[in-house]
Amino acid sequence: MSLAKRIIPCLDVDNGRVVKGVKFVDIRDAGDPVEVARRYDREGADEITFLDITATHHDRDTIVHVVEQVASEVFIPLTVGGGIRKLEDIRCMLNAGADKVGINSAAVFNPEFVREAAEKFGSQCIVVAIDAKKVSRVGEANRWEIFTHGGRKETGINAIEWAKKMVDYGAGEILLTSMDRDGTREGFDLDLTRTISEAVTVPVIASGGVGNLQHLADGVTQGKADAVLAASIFHFAEYSVQEAKEHMASQGIEVRLA
Amino acid sequence: MSSVAVIDYGMGNLHSIAKALQHAAPDVDVRVVSDLKSILSADRVVFPGVGAMRDCMHALQETELNQVIAQVAQTRPLLGICLGMQALLTNSEENGGVECLNILPGQVKHFPEDLRAANGERLKIPHMGWNQVEQHAHPLWKGVPQNSRFYFVHSYYAQPDSSVIVAGTTEYPENFACALAKDNIFAVQFHPEKSQTAGLQLLNNFLHWDG
Repeated sequence: MSLAKRIIPCLDVDNGRVVKGVKFVDIRDAGDPVEVARRYDREGADEITFLDITATHHDRDTIVHVVEQVASEVFIPLTVGGGIRKLEDIRCMLNAGADKVGINSAAVFNPEFVREAAEKFGSQCIVVAIDAKKVSRVGEANRWEIFTHGGRKETGINAIEWAKKMVDYGAGEILLTSMDRDGTREGFDLDLTRTISEAVTVPVIASGGVGNLQHLADGVTQGKADAVLAASIFHFAEYSVQEAKEHMASQGIEVRLA
Repeated sequence: MSSVAVIDYGMGNLHSIAKALQHAAPDVDVRVVSDLKSILSADRVVFPGVGAMRDCMHALQETELNQVIAQVAQTRPLLGICLGMQALLTNSEENGGVECLNILPGQVKHFPEDLRAANGERLKIPHMGWNQVEQHAHPLWKGVPQNSRFYFVHSYYAQPDSSVIVAGTTEYPENFACALAKDNIFAVQFHPEKSQTAGLQLLNNFLHWDG
C-alpha cells in the first residue's frame, strides 16, 4: 500500500477546442474538451490538466465555461493553466470548478504573485509551471534555464534555483516541461526531471516529449517524477490511460487501477 | 426531499463539493450557505476547507460559525473534509500552533521532514495524490471496496487522542488516521468530492446516513 504515481492527461485548449501543438507551432484540432475529459476520466486518469494556450490573447470566458461543464460531471482533480496573472483569475477558475491553477509567466514577472496566491488560496492549489531548456553545451555540466511565452523568451534564470524559490514562495507542486523535448515524442528530459525532483520537497509533474508508454514509466523510475503528464499520445487515442497504467504497473510502479 | 448544507466560510472549493454532492444524490437539496439559520435548517451538514488553519479558525470565529458547528455536531450528521476534519480536533501545529474546535479530542501534526518510504525513496510533502484507505467498519464505507484509493492533498495529519474514533487509516509511510468517526460525526482527510467513484459512493452514503 502506498501513494500512487499519477498519470495526468493534458488538454491544450484553444478557444474552447482541444488542440495539440508540435513544438507549439503546428496545431491540429481534435475535439470537444468536455468529451475528451469524460473519456480520460472513464479510462482512469488521476487528474486532468487544461492548458489554455491562447489565454494571453483571447477572451477567457470560453475556458471558464469548459471547466464548469467538466467539473459538473468529472470528479477528479482539475488543473487550469495559461494566462493566470491575477488573484482574480485564480478565484474565477476555482469558482468554475478547478482545483488547482498553473502559474507560469506571471511567476517569472512577479514572484510575489505566487506568494500572494498561496497565502490567499492555499499552496494545495498553486502549481508553478516551469518551462526549462538546456543551455549547457556538450561536455559541460548540465544547466537548464527557464523560458516564458511557450518557450519563446529566455529569462537567464537557473531552473533548479527557480524551482526551489517557487517552493519557498508557496508552490504546492511543480509542473516541469522540457522545452527541448516538448512535441518531439523522444521522451522526457530525465536528467532535468530527476535534478528538479530531488531538489524540491513538493511533488514534481514531468512533462514534454512523451511518445510512448515506456517514456511515462521512465519519467517515474529514472526521472523520479511524482506524476507524469502527456497530451498527444492520449489525445489521438494511440494509447488509453488504462493501457499506460497497466504498462507502468508491469514495471513495478504503484498506480491507481480501476 | 432531504437537504444538505455546505458551510461557506470563505475557505475552500465549495463548488466542487456542492457539484459532487448533487451528482452523488440528485434527489437531495444541496445548499451552499453561510448563515446560522440555513445551516441549522438542513438535515445534514458538510464542513469543508482548504488552506491554512489560522485563517480557518479566524474565519470561523469571526462569523461565529464555530458555535454553529459545535451545535451541528450534537444534532445531525456532520461530514468534515480535509481542513474541515482537522478543525474538529483540539489543536494544530500549523502556523505556530492554533486552537481548534475541540469536538474530536486530538492533535493535528505536520508530517516529519525528510520522509522516506521503506525502500528509501524520498516522500514528498504535501502528501498529494491517490492513496489507499484501510477502512474500519462504518456505514459510510458501504459499497466502497476495502483499500480503495482516495485523493489526498495535505501536509498535516490528524492524531486523535483515542484510537476508538479512527474509521480509516492510510500509510505515508507510517499509518495515520485519514477518517474519524464519532456518533453522528464523520471526518475525512481526503477529498471524496475528487475521488471519483469511491468518493461519490461515500458522499451518497453520507446523504442517506442518519448518524
